[in-house]
Amino acid sequence: MSSKVYEIPAVYIAGAACSGCSVSLINTINPNVQNLLVDPVIPGKHVSLRFHATIMAGQGEPVMKVLRDTAKEIPGEYVLIIDGSIPTGEDGIYCTLGEIDGKEVTMMEMAADLAKKALAVLAVGTCSSFGGIPSGEPNPTGAKSVMEFLKEQKIDKPVINIPGCPPHPDWIVGTIADILINGLPTADKLDEVLRPKAFYGELIHDNCPRRGFFDAGQFARNTGEPGCLYELGCKGPYSYADCPNRQWNNGTNWCIGAGAQCIGCVEPDFHDQLAPMFQKIGEDDLERFKIKTR
Amino acid sequence: MATKVKIDPLTRIEGHMKIEATIDGGEVKDARCAGTLFRGFEIILKGRDPRDAQRITQRVCGVCPTVHGTAATLNLDSAFGIANKVPDNGRVMRNLILGANYLQSHILHFYHLTALDYVDVTAVADYSGDDPALLSVRDFIARGELAPFAPRYEGDYRFAKEVNQKLVKHYLMALEMRRVAHEMLTLFGGKMPHNAAVVPGGVTEQPTIDKITGFLWRLNNIRYFIDSVYIPDVVAVAQTYPDYFGIGDGPGNFLSYGVFDLDGTNPDYAKRERMFQQGTVKGLSDLAVLDPSNITESVKHSWYEDSDPVRPLEQETKPAARKKDGYSWIRSPRYEGEVYEVGPLARWVVSYFAGNKKVKDTLDACVSDLGIKLEDLNSVLGRHAARALDAKVVADSMGEWLLELNPGEPVCATYEIPDESEGMGIVDGPRGSLGHWIRIKDKVIDKYQLVVPTTWNGGPKDEKGQYGPMEQALLGTKVKDAANPFELVRIARSFDPCLACSVHTLDFKGSEIASLRVV
Repeated sequence: MSSKVYEIPAVYIAGAACSGCSVSLINTINPNVQNLLVDPVIPGKHVSLRFHATIMAGQGEPVMKVLRDTAKEIPGEYVLIIDGSIPTGEDGIYCTLGEIDGKEVTMMEMAADLAKKALAVLAVGTCSSFGGIPSGEPNPTGAKSVMEFLKEQKIDKPVINIPGCPPHPDWIVGTIADILINGLPTADKLDEVLRPKAFYGELIHDNCPRRGFFDAGQFARNTGEPGCLYELGCKGPYSYADCPNRQWNNGTNWCIGAGAQCIGCVEPDFHDQLAPMFQKIGEDDLERFKIKTR
Repeated sequence: MATKVKIDPLTRIEGHMKIEATIDGGEVKDARCAGTLFRGFEIILKGRDPRDAQRITQRVCGVCPTVHGTAATLNLDSAFGIANKVPDNGRVMRNLILGANYLQSHILHFYHLTALDYVDVTAVADYSGDDPALLSVRDFIARGELAPFAPRYEGDYRFAKEVNQKLVKHYLMALEMRRVAHEMLTLFGGKMPHNAAVVPGGVTEQPTIDKITGFLWRLNNIRYFIDSVYIPDVVAVAQTYPDYFGIGDGPGNFLSYGVFDLDGTNPDYAKRERMFQQGTVKGLSDLAVLDPSNITESVKHSWYEDSDPVRPLEQETKPAARKKDGYSWIRSPRYEGEVYEVGPLARWVVSYFAGNKKVKDTLDACVSDLGIKLEDLNSVLGRHAARALDAKVVADSMGEWLLELNPGEPVCATYEIPDESEGMGIVDGPRGSLGHWIRIKDKVIDKYQLVVPTTWNGGPKDEKGQYGPMEQALLGTKVKDAANPFELVRIARSFDPCLACSVHTLDFKGSEIASLRVV
């Protein structure tokens, strides 16, 4: 309380989502959730989370008005965080967020209204970054990523993608901290698909503790066996993230550590192009994915 | 004059839901619960490699992915003809993985989704102790930007200031406990949410002694929390809000698929030996044997093209977003054409009447200590009490299962994907009975159907006009203050509608409720 604390407003809305990104976020350790919500997460700066449907105390129309008023009253000052893809089929009727003045508001309308006036948009999770599971063939609800949606709506706004199904809490918190300390990231800090290179800069395969098995040609043929999981469909050779070094849930384990194939959940091609998840992808595909994602 | 109260969105749950209540003479005369997001998983799954269903269906819900992974693998095991071939290590690790998420889910639900309806965080504003966590909350309040803990309903917060402060402290401790539950799961599951290790045939991870020990001590810390904090806090809520044993009674019909396989040799999941038993109970009397062929789904008031009630594998998913009679994306599952409640309360009632000694002794002691009758459990507080007891018994059992693991022994069975087959995976998750059904043609998914707990509890009226369980629990409720209808949100949240998460509590300013309109 001794020095001035600036409030940085943020709103977090979810479209075609599963809440997994939010649950992953609250697994954050340093800062913990309490630090994130209550304390100045960076000295002198407190993120004032005005809307998050699974956290907030309130409900009903009063909380919908918080969203509306944020866009109206503090344009250009707030960060918009979007979790989940945006269903655009049938004018967005597949996802409504709540009612204002007796009228249902779709995710599509609210995402557009808030994005127009936001300082920047953080797309948290693979659904929001690239479409993800809801946009899988045949995409029954016309689910779109934030990038696609904003382009279609002709809304020009800085977007940062933080994919992963779900993303590691450090990736979300680290990106937010970077913005608070250094401002919006410059282009060189992001890769071609707008992911922060700090977290998504290296190929999983290059840092995998099982890489030695791959180089020696020792492959697991059945689930639970030691060896490289490439033959069992591991997508580590196509996926860019720091999972092997960072590990998950307080550094306890990670997918490949538990003997399970990487399914490439941080990639734009998840989950259609990278399926079947348990089937080896051939050399040709390796080239194709490299070209497409790099 | 009748007043319609709409609560849209209903927050502090997983996902998108609204509730509407028509109040006349201070009492709810009509009620509607509606799911307001449709993603079309069943449509997306068609034509894919069956094994991918385990990965994809976990993504239905980030709060309860584990039970979807479990139901999907049971389903695939049965379709692949290996339901009785999963090695014991695989069976036990699946139980431990699912059990860890039970603990995570129940703790999260009571503290981070429910507590704000009973606990007044503003009581921390003049906290004068030396707890660093509460001091930081006090400073936060003093700065004046109370989002996301404002706005909120005002009025019925009954705890004394010191008790409120203590409960806020427990809320913060619970954040850490639920996180540790995920960490514990990850030892065998790889990561959370959306674990990587549960697969058809068993699991991918090896049980090693360091993992077993690390799991054991995380579990011990959580068990201590459940016994010394969680259960006493539920009792404190029960003693301070005792009228809620008389509020929110559901249909009185209970269904459970049972959960935690104690033996893997019976391929019939409806009869397999489980820690919690399978069955149905009507009117708190005898147990009836579970027959999954009695399950049908109605779409009369759901936004899908009209059809007669059919069994899950016969269900077509044809969205009809503007259907005149529709008011929800949720279907209405029925058992023998009747409405059944699922969840921890249902699971405990079914196991109680199935003669489960641990459940019977625990529940009898609970009823006696609280000075209530068994039938009073069909209420808001009964659901919270059953959930807390569920956490305790699951946690205690996990300590025993852990010692059944045999490092070095097999964890997974091998299999071939059949050209054509059908499967069913039924299991109780934290929120209740979950079923997955599959039909395979040409080695790919021809049909995949899910009937999830919140479909049972949160579904709309059916073609016979029978209200869903949550709607029935709302009907007849006396609402003291239509501008702050605590009763309605407390009832809805007691069902733990498939929710997600998070943090702190509080606020101040009085708030206007949703749309308050005269009809």
